[in-house]
Amino acid sequence: MIEIFAYEFMQRALIAGIIASILCGVIGIYVILNRIVFIGGGIAHTAFGGIGLGYLLGRDPLIFAVLFSVAAALGIGAISDKSKVSEDTAIGVFWAAGMSLGIVFVSLSRGYAPDLFDYLFGNILAVSWNDVLLISVLTLAMLVLVALLYKDLLILSFDSSYGEAVGLPVRELRLLLLCMVALSVVVLIKIVGIILVIALLTIPGAIGRQHARSLTRIMALSILLGASFVLVGLVASYLLNIPSGATIILAAAGTFFASTILSR
Amino acid sequence: MTGTNPVSIENLWVRLDGRTVLEDVNLEVREGDFLGMIGPNGGGKTTLLKAILGLLKPSHGKVRVFGTSPEAARKRVGYLPQKSLFDQRFPVSALEVVMMGRYGRKGLLGRYTPEDRDAASSALEAVGMEEHADREIGGLSGGQQQRIFVARALVSEPDLLLLDEPATGIDSSRLGEFYELLRDLNEKMTIIMVSHDISAVSTYVKKIACVNRKLYYHGSKELTAEEIEEAYQCPVEMIAHGVPHRVLREHD
Repeated sequence: MIEIFAYEFMQRALIAGIIASILCGVIGIYVILNRIVFIGGGIAHTAFGGIGLGYLLGRDPLIFAVLFSVAAALGIGAISDKSKVSEDTAIGVFWAAGMSLGIVFVSLSRGYAPDLFDYLFGNILAVSWNDVLLISVLTLAMLVLVALLYKDLLILSFDSSYGEAVGLPVRELRLLLLCMVALSVVVLIKIVGIILVIALLTIPGAIGRQHARSLTRIMALSILLGASFVLVGLVASYLLNIPSGATIILAAAGTFFASTILSR
Repeated sequence: MTGTNPVSIENLWVRLDGRTVLEDVNLEVREGDFLGMIGPNGGGKTTLLKAILGLLKPSHGKVRVFGTSPEAARKRVGYLPQKSLFDQRFPVSALEVVMMGRYGRKGLLGRYTPEDRDAASSALEAVGMEEHADREIGGLSGGQQQRIFVARALVSEPDLLLLDEPATGIDSSRLGEFYELLRDLNEKMTIIMVSHDISAVSTYVKKIACVNRKLYYHGSKELTAEEIEEAYQCPVEMIAHGVPHRVLREHD
């Protein structure tokens, strides 16, 4: 089994997967505690519009995915905050509009889009060193933000109405958290794809929560779990010749069900 | 002296979503007061506390806290919100919850120091919960949780404590003990407590105000039957007029 990691693309995949696990472990638990899993889904699918635009303009689709996902985070956050539209309605609209835009852009580009499927379902084996660099930079930025705002994010997640009463800028902090989710989503698109992003973002944290009692321990456990899912998924993907996004998520989901049954 | 009273409210009107919630409220709370605020649900009690915290802008009138604006005075005010529906499985210890009360002193990005930890330990001690510091908040009983939230309000070492229905979730057998705790705290700070438990309130507080859009208050525990009836908009039967001042719910 070791020999399959002799290939450079496997090494890149493993490195990218481990970095992504660190990111998921740290951000994922905030997504769970703030109950914004489906905002994450909406952001991920809106990012497809950016992928399509990247194809149309012949540029790196991930750069445009960043723009679209951050716009979705701010849009969903602002609409559910200020207008009478409820949050899940806003999510639904962004979700569908982003996907539609992506399809329109891809159709307009008339080019052959061989790796479009990779963006939807992920292909960690196709990760380039440039992708690894982008993933590392974004992950590092997220870690710094969480370290700086740890106490503030804890108040926001635990009891935002109390936070408001003691002067915490709740609205701004929430938008920032949504933007952090948006950037995390972009990191994960290459690995598990748009459709499966929320699974990798939330499953390790959900399992971690069943077994650890403090936020930092949950984060540590989630990182270990995430890295294991990536490793297992990668090997299974290689051996069975199945897309890696699916094998990683199935490893995660299988563990989640087992853990849920065992910890009852 | 009026200028530096813990709370000084003049002709306060608050309109929310086009509805007048508070109308021409005037209130002076003096240092060392323990004011109980009663009134029907939706009568504006919580709104009044929020105005004192500076969370709502008055449509008209003036709210001064310690002689300055509510926002500027926020560091001197401890707040216990109405029982919040937090996630009972939230992975946070009692001590961490209490530390959240230091936010006003730290601000965004501020880091906790040993001094904050000491303050949190003292606050836990003040509410008799020091041995539960490392327990997960969801593992504590309703009454213990409420004590933790009182500690969170105390940890900023406030001069004014605002309590919104603090007795919620506390076993009736433990209520007396809880109110005694508040009475002890009152020796060091001014307290305003919103409650619908009129009889308990009248036993422990020093002064009573009744809020239903308007504020009925004479700077004492005395309110006439007519005033309470006007505030509650329904007949209220009063027994044992005097001390303690007891009121029963509506009769038919």
